[in-house]
Amino acid sequence: MRKSRAMNLGTGLFVLLGFAALFFLTTQTTNRGVSFHSEPHYRVTAKFDNIGDLKVGAPVSMAGVEIGRVVGIGFDSRDYKAVVAMNLNAKYNQIPTDSDASIYTQSLLGGKFVGISPGGAETYLKNNDQIAFTQSAFVLENLIGQFLANFGKSSDHSKSAAGAGGQVK
Amino acid sequence: MSDSLVRLGDIVGFLGRIMLQVPRALLRFQLIVDQVYNAGALSLVIVMLSGLFVGMVLGLQGFELLQRFGSEQALGTAAAIGLVKELGPVVTALLFAGRAGTALAAELGLMRATDQLSAMEMMAVDPIRRVVAPRFLGGVIAMPLLAAIFSMIGIYGAQLVGVQIMKVDAGSFWSQMRASVHLIDLNEGIVKSCVFGVACSLIAVYEGYHAAPTAEGVGAATTRTVVTSAVIVLFLDYLITAFFL
Repeated sequence: MRKSRAMNLGTGLFVLLGFAALFFLTTQTTNRGVSFHSEPHYRVTAKFDNIGDLKVGAPVSMAGVEIGRVVGIGFDSRDYKAVVAMNLNAKYNQIPTDSDASIYTQSLLGGKFVGISPGGAETYLKNNDQIAFTQSAFVLENLIGQFLANFGKSSDHSKSAAGAGGQVK
Repeated sequence: MSDSLVRLGDIVGFLGRIMLQVPRALLRFQLIVDQVYNAGALSLVIVMLSGLFVGMVLGLQGFELLQRFGSEQALGTAAAIGLVKELGPVVTALLFAGRAGTALAAELGLMRATDQLSAMEMMAVDPIRRVVAPRFLGGVIAMPLLAAIFSMIGIYGAQLVGVQIMKVDAGSFWSQMRASVHLIDLNEGIVKSCVFGVACSLIAVYEGYHAAPTAEGVGAATTRTVVTSAVIVLFLDYLITAFFL
């Protein structure tokens, strides 16, 4: 009987430790913490020429503070633009209608996020509004292409010998 | 090929027979508690030690790699994602198969070899209800808890190496982890550990229950338990990962 009591105690401690570990993982390692409910929010959309590799779930920030998340990415086949739907926290309901949305890169290895810079209008964005002024993602390939094109133009005469050599090869 | 298909069908059928007895087995809860102790509490030391060292090596390797890109602050994220989604459930399942699965298979195999299971049937006690179902349920309960403990200790180990020894900033270690580990990542780990728990426990009780009633048979059943569990766990791991992506 005493052996069984010790075993039950051990089992109890084990189960307790297991649930403590689960609790630690949910509250300490995730961004959600213990809150499973979603806060009240409103939805705005914006059309971009190019969104790069922006993903659903990416943060939407203003002055570096996260105010919402990207909840949907679609393609508008009439004007060939990407449509990004964002849920903004209802706390931040005083964003001027002429604000502009840009896509930035978080860090060298980080993903893309949407940054909103405030405009000067007296009216504020409401649910289902659209942000008119947008700036596309910074796409490295395009930039390198532009750079090479400009570089080629400016140094055309000086590099013509090398260019000819390349062509012969 | 057809042999292994027959065996797979057999295992699934065995799972069905266990499931039918689960409600009855739950009535004698003390038997399940004893098996949670055998499968879980007794595996705790090996799981915690392995978790610590896996976490520490993750911290060391991750630091070395991330430092090249100047983003060693991402160490917390890398360690947490790696542990919670992959290493936690998979390594725990392999250890579980080695520590608890073999014990189950050998115990049941010896019961078979010494005719204890037949004796129970003679006394109109269903051995599946009295012996197999509690062991299966004990393993299924213990496995997710062990995996969570493994991940927690592993993150502590990564923190130990990354923050205490390699001097990664503690604030960015934790805050980057919190910013980029999502509940879905955690769900993936939990689903994996539950599925692995069912798979490993089922294979162990199946092999033990169907062991040839000889000393050799018990040994073969134990070996098959570890081999089959390892292969099945890694295969299921790929499937579940693909499902969650």
